[in-house]
Amino acid sequence: MLRLKAAGPMEQFEILPIVKLDFGGLDISLTNSSLWMLIGLAAILIFFFSATRRVSIIPGRLQSMAEVLYSFIFDLVRDTIGPEGRKFFPYVFSLFIFIFVLNLFGMIPSIPGTPAEIHTFTPTSHLIVTLALAMLTITIVVIYGFWKNGLGFLRLFAPSGQPLPMYLILVPVEIISFLSRPLSLAIRLFANMFAGHIILKVFAGFVVSLIGAGGGWFLLGLAPFLGVTAVTMLEFLVAGLQAYVFAILTCIYLSDAAHASDH
Amino acid sequence: MDAEAAKLIGAGIASIPLAGAAIGLGLIFSNFLAGAFRNPSASAANQPTMLLAFALTEFTGLLGFVIAILILLDVL
Repeated sequence: MLRLKAAGPMEQFEILPIVKLDFGGLDISLTNSSLWMLIGLAAILIFFFSATRRVSIIPGRLQSMAEVLYSFIFDLVRDTIGPEGRKFFPYVFSLFIFIFVLNLFGMIPSIPGTPAEIHTFTPTSHLIVTLALAMLTITIVVIYGFWKNGLGFLRLFAPSGQPLPMYLILVPVEIISFLSRPLSLAIRLFANMFAGHIILKVFAGFVVSLIGAGGGWFLLGLAPFLGVTAVTMLEFLVAGLQAYVFAILTCIYLSDAAHASDH
Repeated sequence: MDAEAAKLIGAGIASIPLAGAAIGLGLIFSNFLAGAFRNPSASAANQPTMLLAFALTEFTGLLGFVIAILILLDVL
């Protein structure tokens, strides 16, 4: 019989310090979360440097991959924000690639027996990481909105062409909707990754317990195993889709800020 | 009632919004498909809007899920 031990579904989200650092009472240790962010960043840099090292008119395999990603986000930014969206392209592109790579790297299975500190970790399954990214977006939206439109940015909260009494309801609703934007951006990405990884580990735990039970239970373990396979495929879809949704919502909020005074 | 039991019941109730989100997602995708079959040439242009509606609808369900998890993990 195999000697297997199933870890609970919540252990994977534990943040473990690798190098303990202290900055004036502030804990800035290198944790597994920051390690996987650095790994993701290194992978992105290596990919784009090697893809654009020898740029040719007829692109090679790596170069066409980079070009597909580039033109995908470029079209998205151009279609949602318009011509003035050009200056936001680097931001939206880095945001999309960063979230996409972090989500995908979280799907790599860990090697059993290695210390828990270097197990695969999905930084985007922590609310603080996604909230930081969402707050960055909203800060850019607010600063750019006021810089571009002046106080006309506040017209975002009072869409024109409504009967006057409607504004009593409309303005508070618009304000609440604007304030909930960073939260909804952050919670959407966090909850998707969190829920997906819990489901994966719960199903995987069924397989391990059924194999561990031995005998006829072994065959029954095939059913949750097929389940894990299906959920893994779904998770790859979710990883890409959520990065895309984050990017497209960022574009829509930026377009609101860019066109606030023509409402 | 036992506090632990009340907690579990509360977490169960908090996950009811997932049903609403599932119905909403079904409506979005079925209506998009119905429209896309009627006019296939216009479907590609409307795909970002469909995905946006998907994301916004999904959020309401996820809020319920997050509340349920917060109750179960004793964060609240």
